[in-house]
Amino acid sequence: MNGMIIGKYVPGDSLIHRLDPRTKLLLMFIYVFIVFLANNGWTYGILTLFTCLLLFLSRIPFSFMMRGLKPVLWVIVFTFFLHVLLTKEGHIVFQWLGIEVYDKAIQQGAFISLRFLLLIVVTTLLTLTTTPIEVTDGMESLLSPLKKWNVPVHELALMMSISLRFIPTLMEETEKIMKAQTARGVDFSSGPLQERMKAMTALLVPLFISAFKRAEELAVAMEVRGYRGSQNRTKWRELTWGRIDTAFMLFIGLLAIALWLLRS
Amino acid sequence: MDIVFRDVEHRYQINTPFEKRALYDIHVDIRSGSYVAVIGHTGSGKSTLLQHFNGLLQPTKGTAHLGDYTIVAGKKEKQLKPLRKKVGIVFQFPEHQLFEETVEKDICFGPMNFGMSEQEAKARVGEWLALVGLPEEVRHKSPFALSGGQMRRVAIAGVLAMEPEVLVLDEPTAGLDPRGRKEMMDMFANLQRQKKMTIVLVTHSMEEAARYADDIIIMHRGTIVRRGTPEQIFRNVDDLIHLGLDVPETVLFQRAIEQKFGIQFPEPCLTIEDVERSLQTLFTRVKRI
Repeated sequence: MNGMIIGKYVPGDSLIHRLDPRTKLLLMFIYVFIVFLANNGWTYGILTLFTCLLLFLSRIPFSFMMRGLKPVLWVIVFTFFLHVLLTKEGHIVFQWLGIEVYDKAIQQGAFISLRFLLLIVVTTLLTLTTTPIEVTDGMESLLSPLKKWNVPVHELALMMSISLRFIPTLMEETEKIMKAQTARGVDFSSGPLQERMKAMTALLVPLFISAFKRAEELAVAMEVRGYRGSQNRTKWRELTWGRIDTAFMLFIGLLAIALWLLRS
Repeated sequence: MDIVFRDVEHRYQINTPFEKRALYDIHVDIRSGSYVAVIGHTGSGKSTLLQHFNGLLQPTKGTAHLGDYTIVAGKKEKQLKPLRKKVGIVFQFPEHQLFEETVEKDICFGPMNFGMSEQEAKARVGEWLALVGLPEEVRHKSPFALSGGQMRRVAIAGVLAMEPEVLVLDEPTAGLDPRGRKEMMDMFANLQRQKKMTIVLVTHSMEEAARYADDIIIMHRGTIVRRGTPEQIFRNVDDLIHLGLDVPETVLFQRAIEQKFGIQFPEPCLTIEDVERSLQTLFTRVKRI
C-alpha cells in the first residue's frame, strides 16, 4: 500500500496547486477526451509535451511520480504486448517461432500504452495537487446546474467529503484493533485459511461497530447544530476564478484545436 | 521476566519523507515483579515504548531484551507468539476490541489462541470474571449489551485470561468514574502482590502513579528524562511543572502547608493517608508547644 500515490495529496505552492479546483477538474475532464484525438507521432508528441509541462509546473519530483506509477506499469507493458501480438497490419518486421510482428502493431502498441500512461499521469497529478476538500468543492460547484432537476448536489458532495475525511480515521482504527488482537495472540499474516477467517472477524466486527457509532455521533452532532443541507449555506473557502484559470482553459482549448488539425 | 532496553530508538515510516523519530536513547530496566508507572505528556512516546514490550513494534536501533527474547534492531524476529503470551497489553479503551457474541467466548479468545483447550478455558471463565469483579450472570450475555465500565472489565479479563507474566496497561482507567477507577487500580495492585505479575502502567493520573507504583519513569519528547521512586520523583515539584506534568493534589497541599508554616515534612505525601499522618504529627508537635 505504501507505494500507491494515487489519491495522496502532496502539499505545495506551485502554479498547479494554486489553480482553482474547477479548472483542474475541467482540465482533466477535457484532457481525458482529447487524448483520444491523438493518432499519429505529432499529436502524441504535443500531448506528451503538454503533460510534461503540467508535471514540471506542479513541482512534483519526476522520480516521485515514477515510483507511484510502478504498480500500474505492468498493466501498461501488458497492453503493449497484447497489441504487438494481436494486431496484424502493415509489414512484417520479424518472425520468430511462428509469431509474426507487424510494424503497425508496434506503433499501435506504443501509442495505446502512451495514451494509458498519459491518462494516469494527469489524473494522478490532479489528486497530488488538490486536497480532497477542494475536489469536492469543485465538483459541487461544477454540478450545481443540476440542482434545477432536483439532483441533491450538495448532499452528494457532503457524502463524498465525509467519506474522504474518514478514510485515514478508519485506517488508524484498523491498525489499532489489529494491534490489540495481535496482542491477544491473533496472527493476521499466516496460518490456515479457517483461522485467518476467524482473525478477520476479530478485526471486522469491532471496526464496523466503531464505524456505525461514529456515523451516528456525527449525525447527531450535525443535527444538534441545526444542519439543514444546502439551504442558504455560505462557504468559508470561496472558490475564486482567476486570470490564470482562464489562461489554462484557453490553453487546453488551443491544444484541442491543434490536435484536431494535426490528427491524420 | 525482566525487561532490559539498551539504546533503543524507534522511527516511524523509516526511509520515507514522512519519517518521524518517536523514541531515542531508551535505556530501561524493569525487574520482574515490580510495578512501574510511565508518565509523560501526550506525544512523549509512552505508547510507542509500550508496544515494544511484546514485539508489536521493533526497535530501529538498539536491543530489547524481553525475558528469553532478545530483539535486535534490523533483524526480523519471526516467532513472537510465545512472547505475546507472556506480555499482555491492555490498550487504551480496550472495550473497542470486543467482538464475540458472548462474554464467555470473548474472554476465551486470547487463551485459546495461545493453545488452551476450549474446555479448560470455559471452565475457568468464572475465575477470570471474579478477578475483574464481574458477576457470573454476564457470562452468556453479549458484551455489547453491557455498560461501558463492564465492557472494559470484560476486555481486561480477556487479557488476564492469557495469564501473562507482564501486564502492560495503557490508561486503563480513562473514562471511568472514581469508584470504578479505584476498584480497578486496587485489582491490578493485588495481581502484582498475589500473582507476582510485573505491571507497567501508563497513566496521566499522578495520583495513581504516586499511590501504586514502586518506580516511576517520566518520558519527555521521545526519551526517558527521569526515573525514580515516587518519593524521589515527587519531591521535586518544580521539575515536574517544568516538564509540563501535573503534581499530585496531596503534594500540592503539602507544599502549601509547608510554605504557610515555614516547615518541611520529612517526605512527600503521596496519598491521602500520608497527608493524614503528616498532619497528625504536626498537630501533636503543635500541641506540645
